[in-house]
Amino acid sequence: MSETIKVEELTLTRKDFVPGNEVRWCPGCGDYSVLANMQKTLPGLGVAKENYTFVSGIGCSSRFPYYMDTYGFHSIHGRAPAIASGVKLANPDLAVWVITGDGDGFSIGGNHMIHVLRRNIDLNIMLFNNRVYGLTKGQYSPTSLLGMKTKSSPFGSIDRPFNPSAIALGANATFISRAIDVDAKGLQESIKRAQAHKGASFIEVYQNCVIFNDGEFGDIENKATRPDNALFVVHGEPMIFGKDRDKGIIMENHHPVVVTLGDKYSEKDLVVHDETNPFITNLLLEMTFDTTNPTPFGILRAVEEPTYDGMLLDQIAEVTKIKGAGTLEDLYASGDVWEVK
Amino acid sequence: MTKKIVRVNDATIRFAGDSGDGMQLTGTRFTEATAIVGNDLKTIPNYPSEIRAPTGTLAGVSAFQLMFGSQRVFTPGDQPDTLVAMNPAALKVHLVDLKSGGSILANSNAFTDKNLRMAGWESNPLEDGTLESYTVYAVEMSKLVGLALADSELTSKGIERTKNMFALGVLFWMYNRPVEPTEEWLRKKFATNPAIAESNIIAMKTGFNYGETTEIFTTSYAVEKAELPKGRYRNITGNVAVAYGLITAAKKAGKELFLGSYPITPASEILHTLSALRNHGVKTFQAEDEIAGIASAIGASYAGDLACTTTSGPGMALKTEAIGLAIITELPLVIVNVQRGGPSTGMPTKMEQSDLFQAILGRNSDAPIPVIAAQDPADCFDAAFEAARIALKYMTPVILLTDGYLGQGSGPWKIPDPKDIPEIVVNHPKKKTDDEAAFMPYSRDENETRPWALPGTPGLEHRIGGLEKENITGMVSQDPANHQLMTDIRARKVANIAHEIPPLEIFGDKQGKLLVIGWGSTHGSIHVAVERARAKGRSVSQIHLRWVNPLPSDLKEICDNFDEILVPEVNSGQLSFFMKAELIRPVHQLNKVRGEPFRSSEIEDKINEILG
Repeated sequence: MSETIKVEELTLTRKDFVPGNEVRWCPGCGDYSVLANMQKTLPGLGVAKENYTFVSGIGCSSRFPYYMDTYGFHSIHGRAPAIASGVKLANPDLAVWVITGDGDGFSIGGNHMIHVLRRNIDLNIMLFNNRVYGLTKGQYSPTSLLGMKTKSSPFGSIDRPFNPSAIALGANATFISRAIDVDAKGLQESIKRAQAHKGASFIEVYQNCVIFNDGEFGDIENKATRPDNALFVVHGEPMIFGKDRDKGIIMENHHPVVVTLGDKYSEKDLVVHDETNPFITNLLLEMTFDTTNPTPFGILRAVEEPTYDGMLLDQIAEVTKIKGAGTLEDLYASGDVWEVK
Repeated sequence: MTKKIVRVNDATIRFAGDSGDGMQLTGTRFTEATAIVGNDLKTIPNYPSEIRAPTGTLAGVSAFQLMFGSQRVFTPGDQPDTLVAMNPAALKVHLVDLKSGGSILANSNAFTDKNLRMAGWESNPLEDGTLESYTVYAVEMSKLVGLALADSELTSKGIERTKNMFALGVLFWMYNRPVEPTEEWLRKKFATNPAIAESNIIAMKTGFNYGETTEIFTTSYAVEKAELPKGRYRNITGNVAVAYGLITAAKKAGKELFLGSYPITPASEILHTLSALRNHGVKTFQAEDEIAGIASAIGASYAGDLACTTTSGPGMALKTEAIGLAIITELPLVIVNVQRGGPSTGMPTKMEQSDLFQAILGRNSDAPIPVIAAQDPADCFDAAFEAARIALKYMTPVILLTDGYLGQGSGPWKIPDPKDIPEIVVNHPKKKTDDEAAFMPYSRDENETRPWALPGTPGLEHRIGGLEKENITGMVSQDPANHQLMTDIRARKVANIAHEIPPLEIFGDKQGKLLVIGWGSTHGSIHVAVERARAKGRSVSQIHLRWVNPLPSDLKEICDNFDEILVPEVNSGQLSFFMKAELIRPVHQLNKVRGEPFRSSEIEDKINEILG
């Protein structure tokens, strides 16, 4: 570990993060936009380029590290959170990003995902959710909706889907955000906030797969229909959406309900977003599959909690302070010692 | 009455009782006292996998055996001279192993009708003549500790629990061991509850005095100090020795030690030991599963720690894919497998050597990995250090095989002077000048190892991963010729480690009729068998493999000087398989999978059978 944290050189630009090899996602894939926004956003975050480390698993999105001119580790299916945990614990100065998908992160790697979030290791996890298996050419994934017809579900999927951000909340994640692949503003906000957050940050990106699940998020992907179908929450502000900013969310019988602002309802009747309140986060997550409500995006949750890496270093410092720095001589002689003369 | 003291060269004692009777602790205390006296020794615990099997049942019997002597002791002994049986079930399970004419110290209070029935005795063996070929000391231990502790503040149940200390006291008298170290230990252990400490001390002394004063004991035994090399010693289990070897390697390499591990019998003590060493800067990470254990270690290795993971067979199975990742990314990593009986969950607390195939071959594709095996508990220190040194030098994962017998068994360890342990040189490249050519993550040094460039190093940003990489550049590559080249390099790199292996030590003559080849924890049993056979004029020698992959380069030449080869293993013939392939000649096999190590006599019998 180095004693000083390096401050990023001011000259960093997007170009510094583009390695120059050919990007091989399908033309039109949502991943291109996410990659571009990552490359655009990182230079301004006060982190030295050499301290960024991207770790991924297996899947289309997991090729991401190859397209970032940073340290990168393209690992094995589902294990990126565990590998990234080791990277961060070995060198806490690094800014470690995990890139994963709905299959990698929540099917084969589900166990690692919930535990890394629970431990609150200071990592940034970006999950590309396209609700389908792309790299294996189009089977349903654990986030595919019921009834989805794929090669492995020709009569419609009978597998009830996960809501990844809801699992993150269930795992007691300290930072949860949701963004859309083609929405630069939302993505950049999520990336900035996640990098700044101390602890495990979870970003769910709704990402369109042009080949196997094109149009899955149609109303949200489409710039024209997005305002009426997506709710962008802002901490401390009422939940307003719609092309004309004339719709909002109120609570009725403990359920979120869409109302039109005007004579009957004003802004002060609306639910105010509080990213530190798990009940609000839960409310937003419950709206995910509810067709009467818009789909929520933005920073859904952000709270400060002790991090595993921080506590590990504290414990090493504390025990060393009490016992003194261990030497091999003391260690070897820690049992009953006798001498043969 | 004057009591006789008989001098013996060695003695083997087995403590057996219900798993709640504290037999492991009793055995460990006897071991410490014996070590302090200066005997050489080896120990082995034997306990059920259930934490508390039903009291009084055969399944619930827990045992601890040690052999100590005035000469070098290589095994925990074949058959005990003295058996401590705290209840009828313990006697039932272990009587079969007792030497004919051996002694039994039994707690007769535990031989109730109910306990006898549960253990399957039709009548009381202490009274019905079953044990007439043994010397039986039937002592009312429960009653005696009750009387001795009548004034204690302990509950009657608490008093009953001190009976193991009574038995220990009798044994201390019988084998002329000092009680003081245990006294001190009890006071320290129960510092916050002096009543428990004092009651146990009284129980132990009552046992000692009972041996000294009552007339049922006529003989005690003296075992002189062993002629061990000069130096400071302590007793150490294989698992603790592995932990110490790893931390030593980390310090000698100027690295922090990272352990990613998931608890599993019989390996967990390595995790426990390292978890207590935060003041050595050790980072232990109890992962959510075996896969995360190794995956976190691979991540830590990538970021520059000396990383390791510890497990047993079923955990190795789960780590398999990740081991392949460490191989293709060429990252240093130490993987410790404390082997146990299998397949599947198998026999978690019983030893076996049957993960050799798994270690050498158990991965998809051509995935060579160095495999080293420790031969006794203290040797686990050297083997772990060596595994780490090779991993760091050759940028490769290394598998260290021990087993439950080594991991939980113990023996004296000659404490090394840390100054005498060589440094491990590790280089991390730095970018020299701005106009330097791009960093090549798969460039090669003279050992064909690639550079270990750490995240956080300015200018050396690069990507690694599980996809095949182009040699030198590290770009993703599906090129046929490159895959052939990389496969060849990975194989060559591991094969070249044979240059690091010192010449095999031959115990016995350099040529003769029979050569016994072993690996791992069978060293002691084979050694004793070969020694005995040689003493009877047999033409037999021994070599023992430390590295099982790659094999030592002088192996074949040595074998050529012997007419016959015998490979004893606690598996169904895994090293034999490799020996036949390597030496291209038939070998005799001696295989046993009973969850226990070989007795030397079994190997000696086989030697005699082959030599006719």
